[in-house]
Amino acid sequence: MTGRRPALAASIMMRHDAVRDADLLVMPERIVVLNDQAASVVRLCDGTRTVAQIIDELTAAFPGGAVATDVPEFLDRVRAEGWLR
Amino acid sequence: MTTSQSRRLCDDQRQERMLPWAMLAELTHACPLRCPYCSNPLELISRSRELGTEDWTRVMAEAAALGVVHAHLSGGEPLLRADLPEIVTAADGAGIYTQLVTSGVGLSRSRLDGLAAAGLRSVQLSVQDATAERSDRIAGARSFAAKERAARLVRDAGLPFGLNVVLHRHNLDSIDEIIALSVAWGADRVELANTQFYGWALRNRGALLPTRDQLRRAEDKVAVWRARLAGEVRLVWVVPDYFEGVPKPCMGGWGAVSLTVAPDGAVLPCPGAYVLPGLEFPNVRERGLRWIWEESAAFNAYRGTAWMGDPCSTCPRRDVDFGGCRCQAYAITGRADRTDPACALSPDHHLIQTITAKSAPPEHNAPPAEPGPEQGVPTAGMGSEHGVLFAYRRHR
Ligand code: SF4
Ligand code: SF4
Repeated sequence: MTGRRPALAASIMMRHDAVRDADLLVMPERIVVLNDQAASVVRLCDGTRTVAQIIDELTAAFPGGAVATDVPEFLDRVRAEGWLR
Repeated sequence: MTTSQSRRLCDDQRQERMLPWAMLAELTHACPLRCPYCSNPLELISRSRELGTEDWTRVMAEAAALGVVHAHLSGGEPLLRADLPEIVTAADGAGIYTQLVTSGVGLSRSRLDGLAAAGLRSVQLSVQDATAERSDRIAGARSFAAKERAARLVRDAGLPFGLNVVLHRHNLDSIDEIIALSVAWGADRVELANTQFYGWALRNRGALLPTRDQLRRAEDKVAVWRARLAGEVRLVWVVPDYFEGVPKPCMGGWGAVSLTVAPDGAVLPCPGAYVLPGLEFPNVRERGLRWIWEESAAFNAYRGTAWMGDPCSTCPRRDVDFGGCRCQAYAITGRADRTDPACALSPDHHLIQTITAKSAPPEHNAPPAEPGPEQGVPTAGMGSEHGVLFAYRRHR
């Protein structure tokens, strides 16, 4: 599982909303507001990084956090929504 | 729009400041089809009064600055606007995600390529029923073949593809075929939209209203399909509020998440609001969108909960469904500030119950047998075929 290289599904765009100062996932009938942690994970899901690499990068950026357990759990949930491929 | 289930990491958009997320851009009321449930107003706006390209370009920029993220490019049939690519370019340039809402009539490969190049992000196609004969009969025009072609083009272009089917007594029994067709056409998402009774649909209610049995059977079949298609195709069942006793949270609240710009530039909190008395809808030709959203009397009329009377004002669901739909309250009770009579708690709920109780099975619905309020009203193009009596929209 950690060898997978997650990327946003083709129908989904991530964009920054300057009016609300928030990161959004925009899809045909739905808009999701990401909080800062979620945005920092999704931003790394660009199809080039493996899950293990994403965890390494985030651990370096946020030492002391529960990145190793939180991130895979979050990615599973996001994949279940159909937002990642 | 729905909210996220990933509550811990993704915040619900409703917790945000009250800014509009979505704009319904009715680019034209002209349409080659004549669906008897069309949500356009009975008084269609003529083409000579439509906003021009520069107007729409400015509206897109103003909308983006106000917080709009989604624009649904709709109508009528938006493909009838020759400047559609320019409008898409303006929206996309302003950072707005665009979805084309189309009947499919007039979509060619070169047209779609041009729109995709301009930044179009997704397409929602309508189909009226699962066979050419039945779909064309409801649409009032030969259009099924064009829809089938349009579906293929959208699929080939790799754009997210939603199919919308308005449901009523004449197609609810074909729900299996309709869903099978959606799968065959390659839709990612299917909106099974039970008719909402405004505009033309209200006018044609007697001929469209299903029976409770029909609805129950259809809903059971949808549940079976939903399990079968899980993870592949999303099936969305838009509830028939007349039958459920639960009002819909219309537009996510009045002036709360969405605005509608009509072909002539009038701005409304919801596309059905034309009918409401005492409201003057501001126009983008005269006012900026921000003033319209924040200051105009029309957008503040039913905003929040302060306008509510009993039973809504003390009901725990008032922040969930906002008292239901103002247009429906007006259509049924004659007062826009009443509780939506679709709500079982409404003192006017019996009015809806009387209407649904009268709805007989389709076989027993030969036109003269069931005189509805729509009969006898003089109208252009009253059409009667195959035991279906509809008032058809006609463009001036
Ligand atoms: S509902 Fe039918 S008639 Fe009305 S705009 Fe849509 S396709 Fe045209
Ligand atoms: S009484 Fe009003 S707020 Fe309560 S459920 Fe009915 S419509 Fe909604």
